[in-house]
Amino acid sequence: MTFLSYLINGISLGSVYAIIALGYTMVYGIAKMLNFAHGDVIMVGAYISFCTTSYLGLSPLVSVLLAIVVCTVLGIGIERLAYKPLRQAPALAVLITAIGVSYFLQNAALLIWGSSSKTFSSVVGDWSVKLFDGQLTITGVTIVTVLACVIIMVALTLFTTKTKMGTAMRAVSEDKGAAQLMGISVNGTISLTFAIGSGLAAIAGVLLCSAYPMLMPTTGSMPGIKAFTAAVFGGIGSIPGAMIGGILLGIIEIFAKAYISTQLSDAVVFAVLIVVLLVKPDGLLGKHKSEKV
Amino acid sequence: MKQSRTLLADKRDSVISFGIVIIAFVLVQILILTGNISSSLKGQLVPICAYIIMAVSLNLTVGILGELSLGHAGFMSVGAFSGIVATTSLAEAIPFAPLRLAVAMVIGGLCAAVAGVIVGVPVLRLKGDYLAIVTLAFGEIIKNIVGVLYVGVDGKGLHFGLIEQGFTLEEGGKMIINGPMGVSGVTKISTFTSGFVLILVTLFILLNLIHSRTGRAIMSVRDNQIAAESIGISVTRYKLLAFVISAAFAGMAGTLYAMNFSTVTAAKFDFNTSILILVFVVLGGLGNIWGSIIAAALLTVLPELLRAVNDYRMLIYAILLIVMMIFNNSGIKTRLLEKRAARKASKEGV
Amino acid sequence: MKKALSLFLAAALCTGALAGCGGGSDANSGSDSATAFKIGGTGPLTGNTAIYGNAVKNGAQIAVDEINAEGGAIQFELKMEDDENDAEKAVSAYNALKDWGVQLSLGSVTTKPCEATATENFADRIFALTPSASSTAVTEGKDNVFQMCFTDPGQGTASADYIAENQLGTKIAIIYQNDTPYSSGIYEKFKTEADAKGLNIVSTTTFTAASATDFSVQLGEAKAAGADLLFLPIYYQEASLILQQAKNMDYAPKFFGVDGMDGILTLEGFDTSLAEGVMLLTPFNADATDEKTQNFVTKYKEQFGDVPNQFAADAYDCVYAYKAALEAAGATPDMSAEELCDKMIEVFPTLTFDGLTGEGVTWDSTGTVSKSPKGMVIENGAYVGM
Repeated sequence: MTFLSYLINGISLGSVYAIIALGYTMVYGIAKMLNFAHGDVIMVGAYISFCTTSYLGLSPLVSVLLAIVVCTVLGIGIERLAYKPLRQAPALAVLITAIGVSYFLQNAALLIWGSSSKTFSSVVGDWSVKLFDGQLTITGVTIVTVLACVIIMVALTLFTTKTKMGTAMRAVSEDKGAAQLMGISVNGTISLTFAIGSGLAAIAGVLLCSAYPMLMPTTGSMPGIKAFTAAVFGGIGSIPGAMIGGILLGIIEIFAKAYISTQLSDAVVFAVLIVVLLVKPDGLLGKHKSEKV
Repeated sequence: MKQSRTLLADKRDSVISFGIVIIAFVLVQILILTGNISSSLKGQLVPICAYIIMAVSLNLTVGILGELSLGHAGFMSVGAFSGIVATTSLAEAIPFAPLRLAVAMVIGGLCAAVAGVIVGVPVLRLKGDYLAIVTLAFGEIIKNIVGVLYVGVDGKGLHFGLIEQGFTLEEGGKMIINGPMGVSGVTKISTFTSGFVLILVTLFILLNLIHSRTGRAIMSVRDNQIAAESIGISVTRYKLLAFVISAAFAGMAGTLYAMNFSTVTAAKFDFNTSILILVFVVLGGLGNIWGSIIAAALLTVLPELLRAVNDYRMLIYAILLIVMMIFNNSGIKTRLLEKRAARKASKEGV
Repeated sequence: MKKALSLFLAAALCTGALAGCGGGSDANSGSDSATAFKIGGTGPLTGNTAIYGNAVKNGAQIAVDEINAEGGAIQFELKMEDDENDAEKAVSAYNALKDWGVQLSLGSVTTKPCEATATENFADRIFALTPSASSTAVTEGKDNVFQMCFTDPGQGTASADYIAENQLGTKIAIIYQNDTPYSSGIYEKFKTEADAKGLNIVSTTTFTAASATDFSVQLGEAKAAGADLLFLPIYYQEASLILQQAKNMDYAPKFFGVDGMDGILTLEGFDTSLAEGVMLLTPFNADATDEKTQNFVTKYKEQFGDVPNQFAADAYDCVYAYKAALEAAGATPDMSAEELCDKMIEVFPTLTFDGLTGEGVTWDSTGTVSKSPKGMVIENGAYVGM
């Protein structure tokens, strides 16, 4: 029974990583850049939701929608101002700019919302499902997060494979130059990707803070790094991979704490990641690209 | 003709690198002697030296070898802590501080090199972002393990413990690394001069390496691995070589850094520090050694200069970072350069 | 292309060097014509521990404003520099304060940075009274570094004694943060003392800053071991998550915290019913009804919009302790930092000080404070003395 409850805790933690990783992998897949500021967009989303519910008294659902709108606008803004001028620059230059954006968002949040942490009240409400005479508890947030994760994953997969815009995205991801020749607006497509990625970040932020209700300007950075790890674990760029990677990472983290040592859990999680990557160098579901001469 | 031109360019790079360091050293020494230096700048001299070495050594991995490493601070950590253990346990054997520091640096460098081999062998089989994430993972693992490491010294020698202290020290023994509490009460023996000497040594070895046959082999691996392989270059060997040398210098820089503060914790050498070093390298230019030197010095001083704006300090730092990156890669710079070239050409024409 | 970059960077560097020199010339003109004592300290004003640095900054500012408004012989000028909770940055911040001409130091807010700056304080003979850096390494071997807060080992021992004396629990579980000296320091002494007192520790688990979100495993182990008392030598942010998660899994032991737990009731948005029955040892209580505390809390709320925590209260006390010491020593603002340092070393051990965080506070010559922690229990969303 303890095993089962740890498993559920792992899935609960992992689903939060997964939902962040989906946004990461989405942006990476199209724009081929590691958007380190993603974690901080999550934080902004959570703050927006927090402020609208506690100061303006709006309903949780409205607050989530507002957070999505704000983050989408923010994401497009960041892309226009900071990343677009670097379209031709080497990938590393964009990476460093993303880190600059991440510092910027954290410090702006610190100035706007102050340094004291806030307790986020769950948008999902305070309900849970009890199984086996209450020996096993699954919180409402976990159920909602897992569901949201699956829905988003399916929606993204359908979007990228079935719609015209999705096809354009895949084309841009494959070859920007050729896509442009085919009449696809590369800039527009990349902006759209950032919009979607940032909108997802808002949802992730709200669910992250609903599950672990502590909100600070640095709230997004650690989950951001973990989610990045999860995205790579699952094969970066792969949408189902991000979800599987996230959930597995959560489970590994909980099991490492439970069955090995809480002192060394961070080391164990990363060690497992390394071993997996050595066996499958492109992540769990990553596409292997053979090198051409 | 072309060969001589590259040789000339190589030489120019070396001269600029050494020139910057030596001129900066002389300038700072003059400032110190005339008493014109602020405490603020003086206090940063050793960290700047350490960061310069970190940046230059990471440039070997990222710029010359062309592999993204996000765990460089891990090697700094290994060097820092092994250096501390070395200086503390050698305190009586070598009373002369500069020599003790030099020995500690060598030990720190060797330990970091060993860590470099352990990390490098598996890591270098991977590519691109997967390699980056694994270096990040190793950096975090090193941080986590050092964080639960206990090291003490007494009459019987060194004692080690993991997670639990697990040993008791004799009378007069001393705890060196106290698990999560890190290291406290280190005697500061790093000086600006020692940092300067270490930079010179680093530059001398790295520049010679880069401009040697080995260096060209490493660069050929970066430029085209398959082509390099096809002309008989052992890719794995050169990759590992560059990675380990880079780790060794990071270890020495770690020792230098640690011996400048009375206290060090494992948490200092985290992902953020690795990223900071990477920022120096990218801003200075990949493969550009003197660029790394200037960028490291500048970006270490910058946040201190921004103290005047207080609350907005880190915000402005972030904006400057973004602006610098965009400027570095933007059309404005190319246009400026073109204008200058045009002016030059017209002058020559007249 | 390289040249343009180099020009740009070199120009920036020159500006840097010049600005650095500019700072240098200011340093000497420090306190010649000054009428106020310059107090400076470093603390994390940005980053994930910014809450503590800002609390100290604000708390000290209120005290300074009050003293200056009274218009007495002693006036203060306060400057807090950001150290991002990093030893290296703390030394830089300390040096910046030195350039400003700091005469009396507040050390650093957090422990590790303070260990680094305390060494500098000792070397430069600038007196330091830290509001909140609590490890023994801060004061060890330094005659001019004093603390306003309890030492970590002191809290660990006091907690174990308190639990043993009042027989609060038979089976004790501990969750502590093993990458901060504060939490680890309290834990180690608690364990030693608990073993000596025959307390039964059934589960010890840890977390790090990187894994401070999910505590289900730690709580699960404590629950499985049948612990009826959970000792939490950690800060209140993580504690609030632990309380929430314990409730989710229907685990309701007694919770026992230390001074880092203070602040949990004023956490914005926190459901205080979760903290019902939590016990803690703290020197400060924002709900206390005495005039001093109420005055401080009201002012703090007015100016900064938050309820002050113990960091702010300790910083407030630091400034007033300095005032008392300076009066006792008959010091004047034109004295150099070194002269003041000697006077303070003389005066502080003889001082008896009444502040927000304790009555009859005294210091010994090693710099350790002696004040008694108050045992509090949270009832109906407020502290009640136990």
